[in-house]
Amino acid sequence: MNPVITAEHLTIRFGSFTAVNDVSFAVGEGEIFGFLGPNGSGKTTIIKALCGLLTPTGGTGTILGMDIRKDAAEIKRNVGYMSQKFGLYEDLTVGENIDFYAGVYGIDGQKAQRRKAEVLELTGISSYLKRRAGQLSGGWKQRLALACAIIHSPQVVFLDEPTAGIDPVARRALWDLFFGLSGQGVTFFVTTHYMDEAERCGRVGYIYLSKLIAIGTVAELQNLPDANPTGTVRIEIYIPNPSQALDRIRRIDSVREATIFRHSIHALVESEGLSSLTKQLPEARIAAIEPSLEDVFVTLTYKIMKDSK
Amino acid sequence: MSRLFHGLVPICRKEFLHILRDPGTLFFALLIPMLQLLLFGFAIDTNVRQVPTVVFDESRTQDSRQLLESFAASDVFHLTSTAGSANEMYGAIRSGKASVAIRIPYDYARNLQAGTPATVQVLIDGSDSTVAGQAVNTSIGVALEHSLARVLPDGKIPIEVLPSMLYNPAMRSANFFVPGLTAILLQVMIVLLISLSVVRERERGTLEQLTMTPVTPLGLMIGKMIPYGVLGFGELCLILLVMRVVFWVPVHGSVFALLLMSLPFLLTVLGIGLMISTKARTQAEAFQLSMGTILPSVFLSGYIFLIDNMPPFFQGISRIIPATYYIQILRGVILRGAGFEDLWANATILTIMGCAAILVAARMFVKQKS
Repeated sequence: MNPVITAEHLTIRFGSFTAVNDVSFAVGEGEIFGFLGPNGSGKTTIIKALCGLLTPTGGTGTILGMDIRKDAAEIKRNVGYMSQKFGLYEDLTVGENIDFYAGVYGIDGQKAQRRKAEVLELTGISSYLKRRAGQLSGGWKQRLALACAIIHSPQVVFLDEPTAGIDPVARRALWDLFFGLSGQGVTFFVTTHYMDEAERCGRVGYIYLSKLIAIGTVAELQNLPDANPTGTVRIEIYIPNPSQALDRIRRIDSVREATIFRHSIHALVESEGLSSLTKQLPEARIAAIEPSLEDVFVTLTYKIMKDSK
Repeated sequence: MSRLFHGLVPICRKEFLHILRDPGTLFFALLIPMLQLLLFGFAIDTNVRQVPTVVFDESRTQDSRQLLESFAASDVFHLTSTAGSANEMYGAIRSGKASVAIRIPYDYARNLQAGTPATVQVLIDGSDSTVAGQAVNTSIGVALEHSLARVLPDGKIPIEVLPSMLYNPAMRSANFFVPGLTAILLQVMIVLLISLSVVRERERGTLEQLTMTPVTPLGLMIGKMIPYGVLGFGELCLILLVMRVVFWVPVHGSVFALLLMSLPFLLTVLGIGLMISTKARTQAEAFQLSMGTILPSVFLSGYIFLIDNMPPFFQGISRIIPATYYIQILRGVILRGAGFEDLWANATILTIMGCAAILVAARMFVKQKS
């Protein structure tokens, strides 16, 4: 793997508050790297530090081989950034927004025209060229925001919750765009709340309470020892009326976690208690399963909460 | 050098588009100050004329009537009513029907004939100091004139003072206030517009997006200053035009010199607006902070109250208020025909203040990012 984004023991403090605590990772060229974590866990702060907007308190990082502490100006020229707020001027037209960002990145003349045509083609937004950005729907605003974020052909793009609050069709269309660009060698660093989005990513990092808890491909995360504690099994319980049964199942001693999943219940139970559980739930059909990504993160979070007590 | 100002041109171009797209801003920028100019220009008149006066004449003689005629002829007093008793006289002042009462005692004429000093009582409502001061001066003047006429039968006064007003011969208030008002209106408009334009970007998240681009703080700030500076300059020309056409205030000096020396003031207020924009989180906050800069500029800049009459502490404050220097430039050029050679120091101070404000704002902007 040829690392394009690296963080080594990155630590950022605001006064006594530690927003990012000793985080290390590397993202390879053309990868789509997903970054998951609850609000306030430090996702945006890491992006800001990697773009050179914040000087880390400790540790270091690189983007395309450039030092985030020293080469902030050069880094900004080579990365794209798109946030959930889009950063669009609603009273300007689609074309004017793109022209503005082209100008801001120092692209002008023929090159700007060529590049504008390219991003319009890529995002399929040409037909709205003269429309005010404020009149576009959420999905189209996002396409425009992406067009603006990649106008300078960046090799690295940071997406901070890019699909918050838009409909599934627009979301999928946007992800198709990300995949298309990543196929051309563009590296994506995406933060998200959505598990299904995280599952689309090549690799995923999970940050909780300012610490990077887990990192790897989805399969690697599913097989993490901490997500599958020894002496436990993860099972799916098919039971009539699972919503009513959930409380009863949670009260059984050998059940560590239980949650409803469609028409059944997913549970993490101690292996020793499995046979007694079967007896206690005669009406249920039980099968062993792999943990979902959500299961993995919930189990990891519980473990941290328990350890810190 | 160009790296220091990266992003200036696209920001400037975009800001002009914002102004053109939003007729509300243009309306606010150009018409509201015009309305204020008309309102203030017509409403503020510090010349005291025709003060309502009640008369209690106990003497009822030809001498007392002569004296009252002199009072009436002064144009300061308007003898609106007569009182039949001391109570009635006090009542007229208490109720506000009259601001001045003239009481001529019953022995006025007798004392006058006998050559003993005759007294006239003038009661003045002191709640309006301008009116009171003018009333005191005029009544003393009237008495003095009558006394001299008695002492010098041929009416020839040995020393005659010939006051002659240079620069504002008609003593018109508009001539004095409108040039000062120009500074206040420009400051309100520019500080508000530029600070709102930055804070609006902060609220909508476009500022965050800009910080992720190679745009530099100076590029952003100067890119924003140019369009609002142009708008302010247009507004200045409009105000000067209205001043000339509506209020008949002639510009005695060179209009070119006035416009040129206005540039450093525009620079300073743009800088103040930018400083506010780095502090304010919301548009409402920016509005309040902008208004906060206006009050000292109105009261301590010499616009309304003479700086020389202020306690030393406030004189010190007035020296750090940009409007103080610009109002001196405006009045100097418009009323006294002054030029660069008289006002270069003011222009220099404003230039230094302007550059300092912009650098401080840029620093605050960089600091708050991290």
